[in-house]
Amino acid sequence: MYWDRKAETIQQEELEELQLRRLRAIVDYCYRNSRFYRSKLKEAGVHPGELRRLEDLARLPFTTKEDLRENYPFGMLAVPREEVVRIHASSGTTGKPTIVAYTKKDISTWAELMARVLTCAGVTKRDTIQLIYNYAFFTGGLGFHYGAERVGAAVIPSGVGNSERQLLTMRDLEVTAFSSTPSYALYLAEFARERGIDVGEFSLRTGIFGAEPWMRQRIEEAYGIKAYDNYGLSELCGPGVAVECDARQGLHVWSDHFLLEVIDPESGEVLGPGEKGELVFTTLTKEAMPLLRYRTRDISMLIDEPCECGRTHPRIARLMGRSDDMLIIRGVNVFPSQVEHVLLQFPEVAEHYQIVVDRRRSMDVLRVKVEVTERIFRGEPEELLRLKRELEEKLRSVLGIRAEVTFVEPGTIPRSRGKAQRVVDLRKG
Amino acid sequence: MVVEQVSVFVENKPGRLSKVTKILGEAGINIRALSIAELGEFGVIRLIVDKPHEAKAVLTNSGFTVGVNRVLAIEMGDEPGSLARIASALGDAGVNIDYAYAFVARAKERAVLIARVDDIKRAEEVLSREGIRLLSAEELQSL
Repeated sequence: MYWDRKAETIQQEELEELQLRRLRAIVDYCYRNSRFYRSKLKEAGVHPGELRRLEDLARLPFTTKEDLRENYPFGMLAVPREEVVRIHASSGTTGKPTIVAYTKKDISTWAELMARVLTCAGVTKRDTIQLIYNYAFFTGGLGFHYGAERVGAAVIPSGVGNSERQLLTMRDLEVTAFSSTPSYALYLAEFARERGIDVGEFSLRTGIFGAEPWMRQRIEEAYGIKAYDNYGLSELCGPGVAVECDARQGLHVWSDHFLLEVIDPESGEVLGPGEKGELVFTTLTKEAMPLLRYRTRDISMLIDEPCECGRTHPRIARLMGRSDDMLIIRGVNVFPSQVEHVLLQFPEVAEHYQIVVDRRRSMDVLRVKVEVTERIFRGEPEELLRLKRELEEKLRSVLGIRAEVTFVEPGTIPRSRGKAQRVVDLRKG
Repeated sequence: MVVEQVSVFVENKPGRLSKVTKILGEAGINIRALSIAELGEFGVIRLIVDKPHEAKAVLTNSGFTVGVNRVLAIEMGDEPGSLARIASALGDAGVNIDYAYAFVARAKERAVLIARVDDIKRAEEVLSREGIRLLSAEELQSL
């Protein structure tokens, strides 16, 4: 089931033609309308007219979150203020906030892409969809809202909080689809269970969550639904950049609107399919705040194989982490989140662990320290040796390099506030 | 008849054995026998003490991870051939000894073999048929 069959199943050649046409237009548009990009392009010595092939994109400079912060609030705007019809803002947890502005056409394009997303997840005009999102400032609520209205579903903008009422609404209005943060979906199921309500008996059948695999499974079991992963970020528009189809083998990126590159976060070099790296997007159709080669800091990889759903848009694997956390060990990119994912599959392993990277005889060594509690040690070392073997095997298959699991006494790993302290790199200095 | 063995997880670094024994000493717990399994970066200290559950409690309070498991205390004469007799009785019956350690009781001319076996019940049957005595926790302490 497609929302826009023509756009979603466009032939590769035709898609590339469209992308090139749009790329040349948007770079030219940026050059003419954005003071920021004009000086950035001049600095890089690139003139819009020089873009002849899609590969020439690599000649353009990157745009970063820092650029957005430094140009807060309106420095990135490429249209007169009067053309702006909406402004979303991200919280400024690390310094200045950032804003995203939309023209009338931007809002319409966004709704169109969200309609594709929702259709991908099986939502139709016959559905009633409950949107349990914070609508204030953030892009999640209104993004889904406009998309669901465009699809023709009945939309319930239920906002966040008041779990009792959320449940009542879900049950009484025979809600068939919902979207929320994954942690809230799990919380709500738990909240219902405690009150003797089985959400599995509701009319729900589908949901969209940006969830990790293990969380998704729990959500699906609790609600008796099929859950779809989606990807987006407010700088590009909000949700609506990529979504899973029924095959659930990666997320289709709507690449007629967002041109995707995967780069090595260290060197900035463009990587090929199957290579893990940072996602970089160029908005092909945005008017108010177009972005050229925007570095997302999100790590994934390109899956460049035909998908059984018939959509021709390239897929990305589910997110693997953030480039800020990346470690390069023996030339392989390793993300602490990958280690965490493996450990999460072993519920007996305590939440306290530490990743230590060291150099032994000029070789990088990756060690994962795990605290020994009574859940993994009941008196016999065989239990520990077996666990060590299983963990090391699993880590090796996920990371692609050998990791050594070391057991330490409880309480010896420093309790940290941030994830960053979970990683100790002794190679430096 | 089984006795309880206290097993303490320790990192393989200087001072751990001294810390464990010091904690037990200060708590007035007497160690009858001890063995250390070394497994690379960590080890397990195995102890036969007079008050195993108290030992576990004080060690846990000091931040150690402690297991208590069941082992056999097998009486042997302090003379040549007695260990071989026990080992072959168990071996013939298909009981595997995972590990064992022994100590000689002062002045009583006998020794005790502490053994962890894979089938406690079968081991008990075999040894009693052979006329080999197993010691209870109380007997162990009175040695």
